[in-house]
Amino acid sequence: MTAVPGAGAAGSSGGFAAATDPGGRYRKGGEAPLRGIPLPYSDIIRQRWRQPRFRGELPGATAVAEDVNPLCGDRVRLMLRIENGTIAAARFLGDSCAICTASADVLAELIEGRARAAPGVGKSDLLERLQSDIRPTRMRCVTLPLTVLATALDKPIGDPDAAR
Amino acid sequence: MRLDELTRPDFPILGRIVNGRPLIYLDSAASSQKPRTVIEAMSRYYERTHANVHRSIHTLGEEATELYEAARDRVQRFIGAAHREEVIFTRGTTDGISLLAETIGRTLRAGDEVLITELEHHSNIIPWQLAVRDRGAVLTAVPLRDGEALDLEAFARLVTPRTRVVAFAHVSNVLGTVNPVGEMCARARSAGALTVVDGAQAAPHLPLDMSTLGCDFYVFSAHKMLGPTGIGVLYGRREVLERLEPGRGGSEMIKEVWIDRAQWNDLPWRFEPGTPPIAEAVGLTAAIEYLEKLGMERVAEHEGALSRQAVEALAAIPGVTVYGPPSSRERGAVVSFAVTEFHPHDVAALLDAEGIAVRAGHHCAMPLMRRLAVVGTTRASFSVFNSPDDVAALTTAVAGLPGAL
Repeated sequence: MTAVPGAGAAGSSGGFAAATDPGGRYRKGGEAPLRGIPLPYSDIIRQRWRQPRFRGELPGATAVAEDVNPLCGDRVRLMLRIENGTIAAARFLGDSCAICTASADVLAELIEGRARAAPGVGKSDLLERLQSDIRPTRMRCVTLPLTVLATALDKPIGDPDAAR
Repeated sequence: MRLDELTRPDFPILGRIVNGRPLIYLDSAASSQKPRTVIEAMSRYYERTHANVHRSIHTLGEEATELYEAARDRVQRFIGAAHREEVIFTRGTTDGISLLAETIGRTLRAGDEVLITELEHHSNIIPWQLAVRDRGAVLTAVPLRDGEALDLEAFARLVTPRTRVVAFAHVSNVLGTVNPVGEMCARARSAGALTVVDGAQAAPHLPLDMSTLGCDFYVFSAHKMLGPTGIGVLYGRREVLERLEPGRGGSEMIKEVWIDRAQWNDLPWRFEPGTPPIAEAVGLTAAIEYLEKLGMERVAEHEGALSRQAVEALAAIPGVTVYGPPSSRERGAVVSFAVTEFHPHDVAALLDAEGIAVRAGHHCAMPLMRRLAVVGTTRASFSVFNSPDDVAALTTAVAGLPGAL
């Protein structure tokens, strides 16, 4: 379990969590709530948000797409380099919340090396990797990168082989 | 006694525990909570009185009509309108502005201009986009001067003889800026333009007096001022309303109907087609009674003090940016802020985990967000039941955010 700065303050005991969050609704795969707070943010989401591994520009990208979540203004840009029908590299950039950033980061990791024609990554894969029960109001934060991926694969640039 | 000490027992929802903490509700600018008198007035109406209004020739129908029309009288007095027929009931602020934009829109011609501002809610942008579209009319916006107030010199320049409508918020739902309504309306009127004021954030917070404000139209919602959802008010100066053709048809708004034509009803019913929100009007009456008992001057003073406290305490936290006017200047009951590195939705989720309800996102003001160069903000807003302790809980939680994620 990762130590988190500030977590020690006001009682991050399991007892408090049991009292306030009996179903463990927001704790699946996470750690004891911070300062007695049950959180929707799992360790994975926190780590991927603090230190994303796939965030950045992608020189030589052959497919690029960007979309916005109208609810909150989250913006994600996904860049792919497709070589011989395979997603050889994926990177993202975005102005987005922790959940959306983590989702984009996990998505980029999952699709690298997959076939362009069928990357085979869906919402349930992302949710499983993020290890967090996401409320319905935040589900679009998880799925926005998937929407962007679908658009990117539909509109490759400089990849005549992939043109439909 | 402080206002919140007086009012808190009247709001049943404040007894809720949210995520293990007593609810601290700081989202009244989106929709306020309701005092027991409003909830009970509506229940009592449905249990004892309900019938359709105006056309039912039976006891319940007459009682319902009386209550519905009494709500109109109550609103007239609350906003200082000169005549009861100047008060038109709508479904809310968005509906009221849309009604005006549809109705006035049909009179727009090529080259006409509608002037709005950069700090408008989408509900005061989109209806006007639809109104000018396909008619060759033009929509322009008054820019912000410094990220907190309108550029009034630009405003004066942008009002021209071609300007047909000037539509703007009394109080910004994001920045809390209080626009100089009287001054702006006078300038618009001198150019022959109609003025439409979006009062959604002002009606719950400030004493209103249509006789001195000088606007042609003033629009607001009940649900942000302790009343129910589903009803709003469109105030219109009688001389102007009389000149307007109704844009929406149905029952109640006619006197006589032939297959190919109709004679419109008198004001205000001309603009109220269909069965109106009757129980909601009863609830609105109870909300106004509640606010009047407290006194709107006192409400403004209480909420103003909470805003000042929030602005000063939030601005003192490292990494927190507060938007809008400084604490020394007048502002509505809203405070928008940003926490470095944190997306507003994460801020709101982390605060929710502490039982604190705030709004986060673009607040239906995307052009303003673009102007401020942010994707969104976190917004705390205050009502009569909020206490200085609520604000202190907010600022303590915000100060603890950097370690919380």
